[in-house]
Amino acid sequence: MEKEPTIIAFCCHYCAFTAADLAGTMRKQYPTNIRIVRIPCTGKADENMVLRAFVEGADGVMVAGCEIGSCHFIQGNVRALKRIAHAKKLLGETGVNPDRLEFYHVAASQGPLFATTSAEFTERIKQLNAGGKASPDTKSAEGSTGDV
Amino acid sequence: MITAERKLFDDLYAKASQHKKVLLLGCGTCVTVCMAGGEKEVDILESQLKLAARERGDDFEVTTHTIVRQCDDEFFDEETSRKIAAADAVISLACGVGIQFCSEKYSKQRVYAGVNTVFYGATIEQGKWEERCAGCGECIVDKTGGICPIARCSKSLLNGPCGGTTNGKCEVSDDIECAWALIVKRMKELGRLEELSEISAPKNWATSRDGGPRRIVHESLLLDEGAKKNG
Repeated sequence: MEKEPTIIAFCCHYCAFTAADLAGTMRKQYPTNIRIVRIPCTGKADENMVLRAFVEGADGVMVAGCEIGSCHFIQGNVRALKRIAHAKKLLGETGVNPDRLEFYHVAASQGPLFATTSAEFTERIKQLNAGGKASPDTKSAEGSTGDV
Repeated sequence: MITAERKLFDDLYAKASQHKKVLLLGCGTCVTVCMAGGEKEVDILESQLKLAARERGDDFEVTTHTIVRQCDDEFFDEETSRKIAAADAVISLACGVGIQFCSEKYSKQRVYAGVNTVFYGATIEQGKWEERCAGCGECIVDKTGGICPIARCSKSLLNGPCGGTTNGKCEVSDDIECAWALIVKRMKELGRLEELSEISAPKNWATSRDGGPRRIVHESLLLDEGAKKNG
């Protein structure tokens, strides 16, 4: 039987963390693989924060922050996008598939989106663990439609 | 400051994986500012090496340490010496000066360069550094409106611009500002353009690298032999 993956989700206090809370309040289930780490803003998530998560044994890392224009600290999520892109490059250099790391935009009101995003990302990591390729993820940072 | 860029990861991995225990030694001064070899970059490299070792099935230990400056004896304290001695090899992320100083000081230790030292430069905006000084040993920027033609002109011309200047850009690349176009513009703004009509004589390059490796001695700062022995 395949080992269940461990996924670290660095969630912004002002949006994705609240969305995760809302998902629970709305009784929307998301995989138990997700371990949420609350951060004050995704602008706090630098390259080594995500690399360290992998070193410590994570199979996947998702960083979830506010939609562009909604950051409590104005530019934190924009900076995070650049840093996560850089972290993906650094991961690739080591031989770890960069698809194991993803940035998502999830607003505080989007509890169901947090649940579906978590489920999709977990499925992606399970496929990667099984030796497959990552499936295209329509709700990643580039393609998020943000439907509640 | 002295600027540097980290070497390619595969090169560093090839060096690190030859040893059982590797110390990544960061420097807290210039290379910290240009984000090449400070504490943060040391931590990132540590994580990368550990992840790559796991992926490639290699087994070696990586430790980290960062000191204020690697080009100064006083910052190699007991703790640093202990950590260097405990490692099989050191990857120094200091500039070429720091790497050499570390290597001279711990002459029995294998010290690898973790960065490529590039130039003396300034932070022109967040995340961008540009060459500003060539360390030629005879500064003339007071005559050129505060802009160094030695470092910033592709030909280091003392009487420019040359025929390769086009719309303020250098013929070498559109990304390079013509230093002499900048100098003329600045001197005009300062109302000192006339001063440029004076022809500069050929420079004495003996003060630069042409004179061989250089040394500065401040007699008043030198310690006598007794004081040296007492540390």
